[in-house]
Amino acid sequence: MKRSLLSISELGSDGVQRILDLADTMAEVSRRPNPKVPALRGKTVCSVFFEDSTRTRLSFETAAKRLSADTMTFAVSQSSLSKGESLRDTIETIAAMGVDAFVIRHSSTGAPWLVDGWTKASVVNAGDGWHAHPTQALLDMYTVRTALNRPEGFDGLRVAIVGDIKHSRVARSTTAAFKAMGAHVTWVAPTTLMPPVVDEAVTDRLDDVIGTDGEGVDILYMLRMQNERMTEALVPNLREYTNRFGLTPARAARLAPHTLVMHPGPVNRGVEIAVDLSELPGAVINQQVTNGISVRMAVLYDLLSANPDPTSDIEITEAVAAARTEQP
Amino acid sequence: MTTSESNNILIAGGTVVDSSGTRQADVHISNGVIVDALDGDPDITIDAAGLTVSPGFVDLHSHLREPGKEEAETIETGSRAAALGGYTAVVAMPNTDPTQDCVSVVDFVRRQGQIAGLCDVHPSASITVGRAGEQLTPFAELADAGVRLFTDDGNGVQDPLLMRRAFEYAKGLDVTMAQHCEVERLTGGAVMHEGDCCSRLGLPGWPSLAEELMVHRDIELVRLTGAPAHFLHLSTQKSVALVRAAKADGLPITAEATPHHISLTDELLASYSALYKVNPPLRTMDDVTSVRDGLRDGTIDAIATDHAPHVSETKEQPLDLAPPGMLGLETALGVAIAHLGDMELADIVACLSWKPAAIAGLGSVHGRDVVPGEPANLTVFDAAEEWEVVPAHLASKSRNTPFVGVPLIGKVKHTVLNGILTVRDGSATR
Amino acid sequence: MSQDRAPKAVLGPEDVRRATTRMAHEIIERNQGLDGVVLVGIQTGGVWLAEALGAEINRIDADVVDDIPVGSIDASLYRDDIGLRPVSPGSVSNVTFEIDDAVIVLVDDVLYTGRTVRAALDALGDYGRPRAVQLAVLVDRGHRELPIRPDYVGKNLPTSTDESVSVTVDGVVIA
Repeated sequence: MKRSLLSISELGSDGVQRILDLADTMAEVSRRPNPKVPALRGKTVCSVFFEDSTRTRLSFETAAKRLSADTMTFAVSQSSLSKGESLRDTIETIAAMGVDAFVIRHSSTGAPWLVDGWTKASVVNAGDGWHAHPTQALLDMYTVRTALNRPEGFDGLRVAIVGDIKHSRVARSTTAAFKAMGAHVTWVAPTTLMPPVVDEAVTDRLDDVIGTDGEGVDILYMLRMQNERMTEALVPNLREYTNRFGLTPARAARLAPHTLVMHPGPVNRGVEIAVDLSELPGAVINQQVTNGISVRMAVLYDLLSANPDPTSDIEITEAVAAARTEQP
Repeated sequence: MTTSESNNILIAGGTVVDSSGTRQADVHISNGVIVDALDGDPDITIDAAGLTVSPGFVDLHSHLREPGKEEAETIETGSRAAALGGYTAVVAMPNTDPTQDCVSVVDFVRRQGQIAGLCDVHPSASITVGRAGEQLTPFAELADAGVRLFTDDGNGVQDPLLMRRAFEYAKGLDVTMAQHCEVERLTGGAVMHEGDCCSRLGLPGWPSLAEELMVHRDIELVRLTGAPAHFLHLSTQKSVALVRAAKADGLPITAEATPHHISLTDELLASYSALYKVNPPLRTMDDVTSVRDGLRDGTIDAIATDHAPHVSETKEQPLDLAPPGMLGLETALGVAIAHLGDMELADIVACLSWKPAAIAGLGSVHGRDVVPGEPANLTVFDAAEEWEVVPAHLASKSRNTPFVGVPLIGKVKHTVLNGILTVRDGSATR
Repeated sequence: MSQDRAPKAVLGPEDVRRATTRMAHEIIERNQGLDGVVLVGIQTGGVWLAEALGAEINRIDADVVDDIPVGSIDASLYRDDIGLRPVSPGSVSNVTFEIDDAVIVLVDDVLYTGRTVRAALDALGDYGRPRAVQLAVLVDRGHRELPIRPDYVGKNLPTSTDESVSVTVDGVVIA
């Protein structure tokens, strides 16, 4: 039975831990002079991006290549979707070429789940709508785990996620992952940038979570603020947004020494982070990018090493049972 | 002449339910009319033992898609679905292409219904030309062509001035403005009910407020102008309360609710299936309960299907890209009985038959008591039969029913239109 | 099935210690001066053995100034049965020394089909080009499926393919 990675909640906290452990192995591979292993030779990974994201696509394709998988790319600009071809047709056509895993980015919530129902290949959600971005959440967890050396979990860790939560798939998935790891999450945003119903702890005062005496949060996770939010009357203007919710030099100076500053990228410089990143000792934004490859290697390996043949219906459990009896 | 079109029919041993009450009675039909007794033997005898015989159902709200979207439904296939659902009359919504905003299109729809011969198809017409919300349609011409309900359904009339003019101009023409209540500035891009499920799924929400504001506006316009209004598919707790209060004030207001708004909630969208996308959206259990209460206490007059066929390809799309709407004609009775269990059967049938017939201006032909002299428009159903819908077995051209796997109670066995069996033993006769 | 058979201890802790000492002597003897020799245990069973061999070599050859380097390698990602059975790297490779031009003694607890060793050889190649690779195993149970033979063997142990062999510092058990 094929497996897919669609959301953190479906992966579960054991699954998160399993991927992070595997990412240690993959990080070691990435540090080698020849950062490539033959693990997924003969497997084909197709990235299907209906929404532009060169960074995420490159990260996934690098991960696939380091595992020796073949990669294919389907970008919407070269597609026939504009000619009325349906998502299902597109997926079924590509699947017929022999694909072991689809990496899907789509502007619609749930699109990866629909794709998962149409193909025997594994599906990795590389971001759907404002909904979920599980590999971003996993690379965030891996970054915190390595930066703070907390391999067993994040019990007691205090996290503030700041900015446009409402429109952020990163906020949703990363919050779920932090909670699965045992951390406490606070959302920091004006009500206009919060979802209509919120279960998390919330505040609209960034200064409260940063504190003044080194007692501030352990993780300050800044979200990207998009310009089009101004035209929707969600915030009056960027100056006021930065004054209330940006990491300004004054706030950076008050950050506790242990506080990690994270951002899913690309940083809107001068808006959510209005201070030179080189002056932020706790910034781990580049590590997030680097770790993204190792974590995506772990995800692809986790899914595809357990998927003998996407065209067969053999349950992996049977194959496992058969192989176990022969195990040297 | 086929047997189904025979002149003399005896419906024997059933329980008759109509506006005058419930009783055991045989029903004799001759030449399209209910009679005291037949001359000679019946051509057809229907054994109705254990079944309910009621006036035919009337749907205030069917999207038959013709003209314009014949790939999803035609007047013929929609009429067949209606007949199988026990309907003898349906009001065809005007959001066709071209729009039912002039006499020629309205006449075309009525004629297609007559040709199909499965159900009386009564076209409604749009309030504004092309449903564009800018210019009124010729109410009087359309009224002369038989139109009684006017609606821009699919959209509400956004402009309060235009709506005021519509009510004012409608006065005295014996027509009713039927509003799809949605303030669109509050629902831009909305996919589902605004609440915790939409927050979790990261989908733009359709707040209850957007419906309630327009319900409130139109209640006040009715109070101002005195013209009648009908509210389509009420879906929220507060909408029901607003209508209840307006009726208590004696305003000429009627309202309908759909089968899906008394049975399904927004949590179903977590399946990511666009089968559950509908406008207004599925809401919370509190709203469902309020809408049921509204039907129970008469605040809401009618159950109307909002039957909205869509081809599978469009409903296989992601939630935000798929069109809203779900099938309803063939499942309405089963959903109503299953989910309004504590209502008297006669009260449920009232919401399906004579009350909507009156709102549609069809009360002289449909929803009549089952007594001699009345036109033989009848539905015969088993009020206790439990069944499940199988999409492939639907008569509708489309398959977008959300009720797969939902237990339904109450199945139509026979439908009689003007003395002719359109449905016999659960199958359409033509 | 192997589970039905009563486990049988074929070597005790003392036997393991003696075999380790003998193999350490053989490694020193064959690699005069131990110049450029490193031990690499194959994850996971070979790691403790590589460490034990390293300690033994350091004890025997105490006049050598530096301790012999000991690393480990996880060959899971190089296996040829990925997808046929769950192959999950249980550990992180630890190769902190230069591989180019080194003489590597690969160490594993049990030599069976030879496929794990093949995978480990490929893995080593991704760290550099060793001058030579030798193979040390505590137990050779036969049934090779690849042209691989050990240079140092603690014990040759005839087995059938439906048996499993487990090796620890406390001894060797067939089940």
